[in-house]
Amino acid sequence: MIAHRQTKAPSFSPVGRGWGRGTTLALCLLAPPAMADEIWVTNEKDDTISVIDTATLEVIRTIPTGERPRGITFSHDFTRVYICASDSDTVQVMDPATGEILHDLPSGEDPEQFVLHPDDRHLWIANEDDAVTTVVDVESRKVVAQINVGIEPEGMGVSRDGSIVVTTSETTNMAHWIDTATHQIIANTLVDSRPRHAEFTETELWVSSEIGGTVTVFDIATKAEKAKIRFAIPGVNKDLIQPVGFEFTPDFTTAFVALGPSNHVAVVNMQTYEVETYILVGRRVWHLAFNRDHSQLFTTNGVSGDVTVIDVASRTALKSIKVGRFPWGAAFRPTE
Amino acid sequence: MIRLCVTIAAIAAAAPAWADLPVAITYMRLEVDRPPVLSNLDPVPEDLGLAGAEIAVKDTQTTGSFLGHSYSLTLASVPPGGDLVAAAREALASSHLILIEADPAAILAVADLPEAQEALLFNVATGAENLRSQDCRANLLHTIPEDAARTDALMQVLQRKQWRTAVMVTGPHPADLALAEAFRRSARKFAVSIAAEKDWTFDTDLRESTMDEVPRFMQDFPDHDVVLIADATDDFGRYIEHNTWIPRPVAGADGLIPTAWSHVIEAWGAVQLQNRFEDHAGRDMRGQDYAAWAAIRAIGEAVTRTNSNDPATIRAFLLDPGFQMDGFKGRGLSFRAWNGQLRQPIAVVNARALVTLAPVEGFLHQRNEMDTLGLDAPESACTAFTEVR
Repeated sequence: MIAHRQTKAPSFSPVGRGWGRGTTLALCLLAPPAMADEIWVTNEKDDTISVIDTATLEVIRTIPTGERPRGITFSHDFTRVYICASDSDTVQVMDPATGEILHDLPSGEDPEQFVLHPDDRHLWIANEDDAVTTVVDVESRKVVAQINVGIEPEGMGVSRDGSIVVTTSETTNMAHWIDTATHQIIANTLVDSRPRHAEFTETELWVSSEIGGTVTVFDIATKAEKAKIRFAIPGVNKDLIQPVGFEFTPDFTTAFVALGPSNHVAVVNMQTYEVETYILVGRRVWHLAFNRDHSQLFTTNGVSGDVTVIDVASRTALKSIKVGRFPWGAAFRPTE
Repeated sequence: MIRLCVTIAAIAAAAPAWADLPVAITYMRLEVDRPPVLSNLDPVPEDLGLAGAEIAVKDTQTTGSFLGHSYSLTLASVPPGGDLVAAAREALASSHLILIEADPAAILAVADLPEAQEALLFNVATGAENLRSQDCRANLLHTIPEDAARTDALMQVLQRKQWRTAVMVTGPHPADLALAEAFRRSARKFAVSIAAEKDWTFDTDLRESTMDEVPRFMQDFPDHDVVLIADATDDFGRYIEHNTWIPRPVAGADGLIPTAWSHVIEAWGAVQLQNRFEDHAGRDMRGQDYAAWAAIRAIGEAVTRTNSNDPATIRAFLLDPGFQMDGFKGRGLSFRAWNGQLRQPIAVVNARALVTLAPVEGFLHQRNEMDTLGLDAPESACTAFTEVR
């Protein structure tokens, strides 16, 4: 059975909004005096962002966006938030304080996911319908380059030193390694079926493959495959275990991998590449974001329309927070 | 009699100069004269199937261009009553990867050609059971689901919804009778009873009197939950819904329809495929388009991973238990080792939305839940795949 019991309709709550006060109160008492930071969640089928207060674990704002918002990321000083409005064919730049759209960036068609270069100035955007990666200068608001990649580019990762960007293409099943100085593809490496997400460590590139059911780890220097992580959850059919988004702890010891319709997040030891445990979350889990001190992890659950809060230390799910329809991306915003 | 035309050759130009592995694919088609149907609202597209192959070659060539693989697709289309076997001989001289759209007897005639023994054929058009059972061939894979897979999917939905008593209306064509038999068999398998059956015998154009005639035709059915329609040629099925004697949903060839693909599928990344297809073909993508698409994607996956265009290598790769291919239906696709059938989810749709994607949750299988749909190993009399080739 698929677990959807964590989703509780808000209408059951006596106040009509939010959850039982008791739960929230208890969490407030237990939690350290957390700063009022936020997790921003894009709701793909509502054209909104839900803003979650990390202290109260409640939705405190709902902000309208362009059509079909997916990828979301903040500028380094958090004064701007970039949003892939896929069906509006644009990247929107929003003032996070007011929720006002400042301007749009030329993004190429159907931007799905992007990554902000360490220079804080260039957005590298996967154009899902166009088989290109677009590089946009967020200051001049101009397209700097477009690079032909495989069919349905989606995952975007940038190396820590900013020298390499990787685009993964879902139908071509490749990671395309792009030199950020020359905008030329320097390598194409095959991965398993339907790659979705890419992230760099200092020495490694990790790529998740949704249909292949694996995460492939590459050595950056040689661009050779170094490890392959596989998943198995008792009682869950193998073909429902579909790795999509993932996040690393800042010390690169642990990776949290969202496993889609298996409704679990895998906790992976980054030294041994072994899965240590699985955490049950909401339905069709997509992407994840940590809070400020990385003590909590927020997962977007597309089908159940909620966000699960995971306690990182105990590796357990604490709470589900109802957001909009089909929550997709998640990003952290400090408020002071 | 043979019309040979190169449809996609231009794509090879996109490949880099060092392209050194050609992958020549032929789409063979035996054209048919379709029987007249009551309504002209939904003509069968002339490029049904072929358009799926074309878009798949485009997609696959993008991968190929990074690897030095150059795909080409040639159409060999034989007019109704023409000599498909002669056309096949000619095609096999230059291509050993063949998609074939024809009736079961014609497919077998091609598969049994001496020239075809080293080739790999993909049935992309017929759901006939015999090709997956007693008449299977080792050089013939199937990417179109067998009829039983589609009728099983529908029965899983009816059972899950507790619409367990059906009645059935069957058309006069041999294909209608075959479809009715598939419904009976699936109904038994999933414990749905067919309480009564009637043959569709109207020989008038009743488009202007359906509201008078059809309810009377349905009046003497015993009570039921759902009306099954066995209308393989899309002739009368559309006139049953909302014209039943008692208010009941219809299913099968109209209403609630089980199919390999439909434009209403949006999840699992399908929107991107739908968009590419609609841009290319100027119409919605259907089950037969999907079957041709899947065949070429399977070839492409094998060529990409093995760096070979050899049919035997491709066949071995596709039949390997570890093979998994993305098909925009939320589960990895693979081939059944016992009869070469593509293992895939079946969409159960209405005109406006996906109702569900079968296998329906709760129908379990010891190996793979998708094997609850269609001919499972013990049900298939096929032995060609277990013999040494």
